[in-house]
Amino acid sequence: MSKPLLIVVVEPDPDRAQPIAEGLRDTGQHDVRIIAEQSGLARKVAELRPDVVLIDIANPSRDVLEELALASGPSERPVAMFVDRSDEQLTRAAIEAGISAYVVDGLRAERIKPILDAAIARFHIFQQMRAELAATRAALEERKIIDRAKALLMKARGLDEEAAYGLLRKAAMDQGKRMADIAQQLVMAAGLLGR
Amino acid sequence: MTTLRLGYVPLIDAAPLIVAQELGFAAEEGLRLDLVRLGAWAQARDMLGAGMIEAAHMLVPMPVGQALGLGPSLPPMDLVMFLSHGGQVVAVNRDLEQRLRDRGHDFAFNDARAAGAALRQAVTGRLRIGVPFHFSTQSELVRHWLASCGLAASMLDLVTVPPPMMADALARGEVEAICVGEPWASVSVDRGLAALLLPGTAIWASPPEKGLVLLRDFADAREQEAGALMRAVWRAGRWLDEEGHHGTAAEIISRPAYLDLPPELVERGLTGRMTVSARGEIRETPGFVSFNEGAASFPWKSLAALFAQRLALAHGLDPQDAGVRAMGHFRTDLYRRHLRPAGAPLPGASQRIEGALSADRTVAAERGSMILRADGFFDGMTFDPAAVG
Repeated sequence: MSKPLLIVVVEPDPDRAQPIAEGLRDTGQHDVRIIAEQSGLARKVAELRPDVVLIDIANPSRDVLEELALASGPSERPVAMFVDRSDEQLTRAAIEAGISAYVVDGLRAERIKPILDAAIARFHIFQQMRAELAATRAALEERKIIDRAKALLMKARGLDEEAAYGLLRKAAMDQGKRMADIAQQLVMAAGLLGR
Repeated sequence: MTTLRLGYVPLIDAAPLIVAQELGFAAEEGLRLDLVRLGAWAQARDMLGAGMIEAAHMLVPMPVGQALGLGPSLPPMDLVMFLSHGGQVVAVNRDLEQRLRDRGHDFAFNDARAAGAALRQAVTGRLRIGVPFHFSTQSELVRHWLASCGLAASMLDLVTVPPPMMADALARGEVEAICVGEPWASVSVDRGLAALLLPGTAIWASPPEKGLVLLRDFADAREQEAGALMRAVWRAGRWLDEEGHHGTAAEIISRPAYLDLPPELVERGLTGRMTVSARGEIRETPGFVSFNEGAASFPWKSLAALFAQRLALAHGLDPQDAGVRAMGHFRTDLYRRHLRPAGAPLPGASQRIEGALSADRTVAAERGSMILRADGFFDGMTFDPAAVG
């Protein structure tokens, strides 16, 4: 049994960090720490001396870690570059999932793979969840705004609900726009006119 | 219409890519550019390496670092043209500003020697300066400038701070000064956190800042698209250099999809009309950033060698070997082949002595003559790629 690894997850969003950390713990007796605060990141990571650092590929703080990876001398047990030597496919899968990994030089590939696989899976699930949530929220917002526009039309022109809806739909088709956009314009104009 | 995915980091010098798409230069070449906003320079490199974007807006020294094996092992990347020169600003926090004013410094924003001398007197102890990336023109500008002004390297801490976080790093006292591309220095001034001390061009008249970087495989295997992209970006750069276009350009690149900042803030860097302090002092810096004029986009191999030498010395590599390796990644051959049809002026040679032009100079070109932009260092340093080793 090889010794447990110290894995640091740099992630400001706790809703995202937690499941990733849990997923990683499931892969072995690893010590998983989360760093949420971006300030002083270089110092914190240098102090912890982790074996693996996982961070969102788009996180601006990555550039800080890059410096750390380069600056550390051989005696400082470098958190070296990126998971690049072991497995090209794995690297690509990680980048596509939006993860970058910094791995201590000399850590064996068979120890890195399960960790990355788990992280990739969690990143994917989270991204999908977030996309679905955003879509649901947007749809809800659109329905609300269409309802308000419909109410405005019903009141201003004395229409029933179906006719108001039809009028909105026709305007959208005539102008080649989405109904929600037309509704938004109508609501905004009504607001400006004080209605 | 072919779609190409381009990665950029939100800075004013991403303008050639944004303008190429928004004003139809790309469409004229049969391209649609899918512009992907990135959060980190390392992200640009990795996404390019993984083939998730076809081209990236990158700090000029980054492909040099990759060429020298100082980054992760990714497929070879080539810089095919420069996107911009200048655009960098050195700024100091309010405390340092006050200490400089107490010593009579006038924040004229044009004299690197005076600013350096004043800074040396005002600094007590080590000076922590934020730079955007380990391999950046900013790092080299700051190191060269302060060394030449007598501030020993041992007195300096260059700290990587992502550009959008520069203002926060100043606010938290993590750094006392920054060197960063616009608009991020101006953001710090507007937040009452900093005063602008020098433009990059006061240190080095024409500091190459960003490049268009492609995977070598892409540049070679999809030559037509690479050429089309280069021409579209080159024409966008020419459009951007026109004085009358700065306002429009600022409006376009400020949009929420791109920089998502107030246009008047973004416009400062494009026009070179900078608000340098919380007192509202304004300084005019002609040529603060340039995209195309004076053969600005030509990827001189001697500049690859210059950055390579500096990185080699910092990382214990052989400078001569580093120079040779880096030069192979600055693709003057592709520049000539693809931009000749667009009418770009092409110099007779692909390397030169850097820092030798104290003023703009007319030189012989492949056809007729062309103007090369002044590129002198404030201290008269020159770099001869043939003399390395």
